[in-house]
Amino acid sequence: MQNTRLIETMVGAFVVAGIAALFMLAMKVSNLNAFANVDGYEVSAQFENIGGLKVLSAVSVGGVRIGRVSAIDFDQEDYEAVVTMTIDPKYDRLPTDTSASIFTSGLLGEQYIGFEPGGEELFLKDGDQITLTQSAMVLEQIIGQFIFSKASEGASE
Amino acid sequence: MTDTIDNLVVVRGLTFKFGSRVIFDGIDLDLQRGKVTAIMGPSGTGKTTLLRLIGGQIRPTAGTLYVDGHEVPRLPRGELFELRKRMGMLFQSGALLTDLSVFDNVAFPLREHSGLPEAMVRDLVLMKLEAVGLRGAQRLMPSELSGGMARRVALARAIALDPMMIMYDEPFTGQDPISMGVLVKLIRDLNAVLGLTSIIVSHDVAETSAIADYIYVLSQGKVVGQGTPEALRESDSEWVRQFMQGTPDGPVPFHYPADDYAEELLSNEARR
Amino acid sequence: MNALQQLGHNALVALQRLGRASLFLWALLMGLPSLLLRLPLLIQQVFSVGVLSLVIVVVAGLFVGMVLGLQGYYTLVDFGAEESLGVMVALSLVRELGPVVAALLFAGRAGSALTAEIGLMKATEQLSGMEMMAVDPLKRVIAPRFFAGVLSMPLLAAIFSAVGVMGGYIAGVGLLGVDAGAFWSQMQARVDFYEDIMNGVIKSIAFGIVVTWIAVFEGYDAVPTSEGVSRATTRTVVYASLAVLGLDFVLTALMFGEV
Repeated sequence: MQNTRLIETMVGAFVVAGIAALFMLAMKVSNLNAFANVDGYEVSAQFENIGGLKVLSAVSVGGVRIGRVSAIDFDQEDYEAVVTMTIDPKYDRLPTDTSASIFTSGLLGEQYIGFEPGGEELFLKDGDQITLTQSAMVLEQIIGQFIFSKASEGASE
Repeated sequence: MTDTIDNLVVVRGLTFKFGSRVIFDGIDLDLQRGKVTAIMGPSGTGKTTLLRLIGGQIRPTAGTLYVDGHEVPRLPRGELFELRKRMGMLFQSGALLTDLSVFDNVAFPLREHSGLPEAMVRDLVLMKLEAVGLRGAQRLMPSELSGGMARRVALARAIALDPMMIMYDEPFTGQDPISMGVLVKLIRDLNAVLGLTSIIVSHDVAETSAIADYIYVLSQGKVVGQGTPEALRESDSEWVRQFMQGTPDGPVPFHYPADDYAEELLSNEARR
Repeated sequence: MNALQQLGHNALVALQRLGRASLFLWALLMGLPSLLLRLPLLIQQVFSVGVLSLVIVVVAGLFVGMVLGLQGYYTLVDFGAEESLGVMVALSLVRELGPVVAALLFAGRAGSALTAEIGLMKATEQLSGMEMMAVDPLKRVIAPRFFAGVLSMPLLAAIFSAVGVMGGYIAGVGLLGVDAGAFWSQMQARVDFYEDIMNGVIKSIAFGIVVTWIAVFEGYDAVPTSEGVSRATTRTVVYASLAVLGLDFVLTALMFGEV
C-alpha cells in the first residue's frame, strides 16, 4: 500500500506539473493575460485603411499599452473600417479630442493603434467615438507614390 | 444433447482447420463429471487447441461442443464469460500476471468477479494458497518462483472461484521429479476434495496414467484410442501400445523426431 | 508480374492490419466508461507511461530550448533583432518542437515499453489467461494504458515547451546578454494563446492518441514469441515517429493554412 501511495503522489505531482506548465505558457509566454482583463470601456474609431491591424492588437499612448482592439468591422455607408477598442478602466482621463493613428512597430513589425491626447476638458467614456484618425501607412502605397513622384520629376525635367 | 447429465463436456464431430492444415478431423469426446480425463498424443496434435476450443477462445470449423449443456461456439460473449468463471485453466507457463505478487495473482479473479470485501478475499486467497502449499510464498513476485511453484500458484488461482472444471495444459512438462510428484498429488486431491471435473492435456504417459480415469489418444486429428489407462496399455492398436509404453521402435511416423526424443528421455527417467 | 502480385499482397495485408487496428481502437474507446469506474488502474498506468517519461522530456526540453536560444541569437543578431529571441524560441517550441519532439521521445520511451510489455504478456499467455478467467484484457490491460498515454502526452508536451522556454531564457538572457524584459515582453506580445498555444495542445493530444494507439496495437497484435515482440517494438518506434511527423504536417496545414 505504501507503494500505491507513492505512485499516486507522483502521478498527482506529474499532473500538477503539466497543468502548471500549460499555465505558464498561457500567462507568461502568450498574450492571454493581456486580454484576460476584457472589462474596460469601449471606444471606437473609423479609419480609411487599417492595414494589418488585427483583433487583440495593442492600443497605446506614448508607448504604454492601455488597451486592445476588441472588434473590427466595415461600415458600408462610409466605406470605412470601424475599429472598436477596449480601454483599461484605470485610464479614464483621455480627452475627447484624442486622435488615433495606426503605427507599425519597427519597419516590418506588428501594427498597433497609438493615441495622441488632445486638450479637451471632457474625457472619453464608454461608447464614444474618436473622430480624429490617421490610417495605416501601407508600405506599397508609399513606395508607389515615391516611384511615381520620381518618375514625374524625371518627366518634367 | 441428452448425455450432458453424466458428461460435463461433450464434443461431436469437431473439425478445426488452421489455414489449410487440419488440426482436428471430426473427433467425438465425452468427459464425465467428477472424473479426471486425459487427452494424450504426440506434440503438435493440437491438444492445447482443444482446450482453447472448449474455453471458447476459438471457434471450430465444423462440429460443435457442449460444456455443462451450453453450446460453447454459439454462446454470446456475456454468457461465455459467465461460463468461463466456472472453468479454471492452468496454462503451461502458469500465465501468472508478472506485475502482481503471488497473493494478488490468486486474488485477481476474486477481486474482478466476486465483489467480496477485502478481508474475505484475503481469507479465501490464504485458503487456496494453503491448499497448494504455498501460503508462505504469498509475498513473492512471479519472477522469484520456480516453474513448479508458478504452476502451483496458477492452480490456486484457477480454483479461486471454485470452478466446476479445470483444464490442465501440459502440467508436467519441464518439471523435476519432485515438483512433478507434487503436481500429480495436487491434481488428484483437488479433483477428489472439490468434486471437480479435470481435463489434462499431456504427453507424459507415466504421470498422466497414474491419475487419469479415462484417456483419449489423439493422433493426426483423429481419436486413435480411448479407455482406462490399463485398457490402453493392452490396446490392440500397435500405435497406441507404442505411445503408452514409450518404446522407441514401432509404427510411429517420425514427423517430429525431436519430440519423440524428449518423450523417450522422460519415460526413461520415470522408470528409474 | 510477380512484383506486381507481391505489391498487391502487401497492400492487402496492410489494409487488413489497418482494419484490425481500427476495430481495436473502437473497442478501446468502448472500454472508457468501465475504466472510469476503476481509476486506480489508470493512475498506475499514468505513472509508468507519463511520470517515467518525465526525466527524458525535461532534459531534452531544456537542451532543445538552449540550442534554440544560441542558434536563434546568432541569426537574429545579424539583423539587430536579438530582442525577438523570446518570440522565436517560444513560437518554435509551442507550435512545433514541443508537441513533435515530446511525441517522438514519448514514442521511444513509453511507446516501445508499452509494446514490449503487452507483447510479452501475450507471449507468456497472460492475456489468454485473463480471457479464460472471464476478464477482458482489452478493458483490464490495454484500455488503461491507452488512456494513460492519451492523458500524459499533452502534459508532457506542455512541460517540454515550458522547460524549453526556460532553456532559451538561460541561453539568451543568461549567457548571451539579451535584455530579459525584451525577451518576455516581445514573447507575450507575439505569441497568441489560441492560435499558437491551444493549437500546440491540440497537436499533442492528436499525437498522444496516435502514438499510444500504435504502441498498444503493435503489442496486442505481436507474434507471441520473443522475436515477434522485439520486431513489434521496433515497428512501434518507427511507425509512431513517422506518424507523428506526417500528422504534424497535416495538422499544421489545417491550422495555420487557412488563416
